[in-house]
Amino acid sequence: MKTCLVVDDSKVIRKVARHILETLDFDVREAGDGQEALEACSQDSPDVILLDWNMPVMSGMDFLRALRQTEGGGAPKVVFCTTENGLGHIRAAIDAGADEYVMKPFDRETLESKLQIVGMA
Amino acid sequence: MNAGMTASLSPAATQVLTSLLESRTGQQIEPTRVWRIGTALKPLLRELGLDGFDQLVAALVGPNAASLADRVVDALLNQETSFFRDALVIESVATAIEQLDTAEPLRRVRVWSAGCSTGQEIYSLAMTLLDRGNFRSASLPDMLASDVSAATVARARSGQFSQFEVQRGLPVRTLMRWFEPAGETWRIRQEITRAVKFRQHDLVDGPMPPGLFDIVMCRNVLLYFPQAVREKVLDRLARAIRPDGLLVLGAGETVLGLSDAFAPCQRFRGLYRRQADARFTFAA
Repeated sequence: MKTCLVVDDSKVIRKVARHILETLDFDVREAGDGQEALEACSQDSPDVILLDWNMPVMSGMDFLRALRQTEGGGAPKVVFCTTENGLGHIRAAIDAGADEYVMKPFDRETLESKLQIVGMA
Repeated sequence: MNAGMTASLSPAATQVLTSLLESRTGQQIEPTRVWRIGTALKPLLRELGLDGFDQLVAALVGPNAASLADRVVDALLNQETSFFRDALVIESVATAIEQLDTAEPLRRVRVWSAGCSTGQEIYSLAMTLLDRGNFRSASLPDMLASDVSAATVARARSGQFSQFEVQRGLPVRTLMRWFEPAGETWRIRQEITRAVKFRQHDLVDGPMPPGLFDIVMCRNVLLYFPQAVREKVLDRLARAIRPDGLLVLGAGETVLGLSDAFAPCQRFRGLYRRQADARFTFAA
């Protein structure tokens, strides 16, 4: 079973994402900010990370840069999932090492399509 | 009558609506798919403030009946599509185009997306050709895309897609390369939209586009036609494709038992080759 870490400060979004991911046969873990996500990754690296941009404590971008510098941190596929829908944000995320980008609001089909594109669904 | 009751569709109304669709497009709604009529037309009922399907059917013989009929037909057509749907097929078509272009460099390859819906298929092909690097936007093949619905063709031609549409099948790097934000939507770059000719066209009865095509993509179109119409359309397509040219059907579609003019292609799996010695059953 593939594993996915959902990183979002909104409990509602985490719940929606978890529900969709479980129907796609993912084993799901959750983190409420970038710092929690880094700790979760250091314990057990997930196959995919669904990553919000704006979060307290540590943002998605800071998390991504930190993750990509850790040993083995290049392995997880990182899919940004954010309301930041401008081309500038998308470019910055890809330059920082994100694999895919989901613009909120999203639905099951969007998420499934993006996971297929990164080879995970 | 309350909103919930609009779902009830009388046999008489069903008959009128299905024959309207069939007479305009050749498409038949299977008895097991009749439930879709209600779902597909409910937004239109709401918009027009009509109380039920019987009222809609009555309006179809009233003033402005012609434009209402267009809208009913548009709503009944299944325009389901996405970017890079069956990505391997798009890759095969791109390879076939490149090979033809190399073999006959002085002739422009001609491609037709017949039943193009909102344009994702032909645009995916154009983006693939450009990204592979063997074509520039000015040297792209001659690309025609057509659909029976004029409203759908207009959308395809605009090259404008919703945020949901650009997230179906389209890798974000491809989005960054070939699209520009346009308010809440995304617009495919002009160098691509300009390379495709769009037109409204009825595959069953409309006059066929002039000249012969090297490749025709007619995917997930035949499945909506009854067998006799499938045979007729395949016959018409065979006449529009050069000898040894290619026909691309949807994943669940076949020419078997419907046309002798095509045979499975040896080089590209799932594609059909127009036989050089094809004989036609229907008059031109």
